[in-house]
Amino acid sequence: MKNTATRQAWKTDFPVFADRNLVFLDSAASAQKPAVVLDAMREFDAHSYANIHRGVYKLSETATAAYEGARAKVGTFLGAASEREIIFTRGATEAVNLVANSFARPRLAPGDEILITHLEHHANIVPWQLVCEQTGAVLKVAPITDRGEVDLEAFASLLGPRTRLAAFAHVSNALGTVNPVTEMTAMAHAQGVPVLVDGAQAVPHLPVDVQEIGCDFYVFSGHKLYGPTGIGALYGKQEHLEAMPPWQGGGDMILSVTFAGTTYAPAPGKFEAGTPNITGAVGLGAAIDYLEGLGWPAITAHQEDLQAHAEPLLRGIDGLRLIGEPTRRAGLFSFVMDGIHPHDVGTFLAAENIAVRSGHHCAQPVMERFGVPATTRASVGLYNTREDLDALHAALLRMKEFFDA
Amino acid sequence: MSELRDLYQQLVLDHGRHPRNKHAMDQCADGAQCCHTEGYNPLCGDKLTLYAKVRGDVIEDLSFEGEGCAIFTASTSMLTEVLKGRKVSEIRGILDEFLEMLTSGEKEPDPEGLGKLAVFGGVKDFPARVKCATLPWRALEIILESVDGDTVAGSPVATEDD
Ligand SMILES: Cc1ncc(COP(=O)(O)O)c(C=O)c1O
Repeated sequence: MKNTATRQAWKTDFPVFADRNLVFLDSAASAQKPAVVLDAMREFDAHSYANIHRGVYKLSETATAAYEGARAKVGTFLGAASEREIIFTRGATEAVNLVANSFARPRLAPGDEILITHLEHHANIVPWQLVCEQTGAVLKVAPITDRGEVDLEAFASLLGPRTRLAAFAHVSNALGTVNPVTEMTAMAHAQGVPVLVDGAQAVPHLPVDVQEIGCDFYVFSGHKLYGPTGIGALYGKQEHLEAMPPWQGGGDMILSVTFAGTTYAPAPGKFEAGTPNITGAVGLGAAIDYLEGLGWPAITAHQEDLQAHAEPLLRGIDGLRLIGEPTRRAGLFSFVMDGIHPHDVGTFLAAENIAVRSGHHCAQPVMERFGVPATTRASVGLYNTREDLDALHAALLRMKEFFDA
Repeated sequence: MSELRDLYQQLVLDHGRHPRNKHAMDQCADGAQCCHTEGYNPLCGDKLTLYAKVRGDVIEDLSFEGEGCAIFTASTSMLTEVLKGRKVSEIRGILDEFLEMLTSGEKEPDPEGLGKLAVFGGVKDFPARVKCATLPWRALEIILESVDGDTVAGSPVATEDD
């Protein structure tokens, strides 16, 4: 196989694989971390750590520079016009909640609408349900097709005069579908509707350019991008961020506080109340450096190679049904087996040192749409090889025999 | 592989594939008390309705409807098969022992008392699967509570809070 050496080298970048025989196919839930990320965080904590934006001493200055440097890396990574458009959050979930509370809620009156799609992760459903409950707004859901793609005609027809925001995933975590987000954003904007794109599953697999997409907000989590948990980012167009009220109050987000009133710092500070996850931001910055060092052409080629290898293997298994057969897929396959419950599949594979996820993947409406209680999901990352997928294939065949299915 | 064999013993696979007493239960008109309770396992989507027909201190009949994994299906199927026709007091003892076998980890199970239900002993080594096996037993607990009082069971049981 072409480039096998490179991929094996990528795998050795990740210490978790050093001391065990593990086929890790659950990166869509959370990815493993390369040594460079772990080292960067350790180095920072050991030698450069202090609270940021406060001290005038050297250590605080280097820490602030590292934190703000990470923000600049995220900005470049997403193609933002300025790093001031990047707000650090705990992850994609918190970023969606920030937009729901700070952007959507003040604009929602009873009868107004928020439009999402049927393939969203609960993180891009529940925050909108909450603001709808609080404001009397209505949540509209664009249907998906049997292939697991958003029905674009229906999506367009649901964009109406009362739609205040459209929110949809870039890549579905339950189906693997890559949504045509640029086209969907243009459709929304044509109706004057601002757009939030949930990029949690997209950033590890595709180069993202928020200006090219044109979206108003873009969210993702560090831990799916080979970085640490507890850090993620919200991209927001500067004009929105400036107009939005803060969500949480506290230190670090103010210009001045008196009991008569408080003047807020400009974005992004306005949205980062309290001491943030400084080391997490440094780790995320290191993860982005790592990815950019590998280069997008190599990353996407690797993922496409794995997908092209996996698809016929899976399709060739009698009794296996893929859930989601999108034209554009990124990084994962969801499937069910005749006569074997996904939970049993997961346990069987675990016993063979193959880590997959079985469940509803925080996307219960998707499960209900396809009439299954759960699926088994195999998702790939930088460290996976064709051999990993061969191992999955062989184990699934053994499993059929074991369960006599 | 041998751990897997402990988990999926032949009896478990058999009940998983061919569950016994899997049907709804009609309301009973002959003086017995019929009740049912629902259980679900939100993490994996297991869904259960457990039906019981109680006369005096005997559970005359048990049946269920629901979908789930092999462990869940087998556990539910065997529960209905083994407990049908037994006294409530006896069932309570088996219930306690079964839950203890799967959740305490300390006391060795007493295969004598549990009979063939002891095949689920291997589930303890798969912590993520314990809930699959215990779900019908948690539902049974609710039914037994309602047998004590005058109320008929109704409130669903979930094995997860979230
Ligand atoms: C599509 C999608 N959106 C949002 C999230 C939420 O991410 P987090 O839990 O890191 O906030 C996930 C994570 O599973 C996801 O896959």
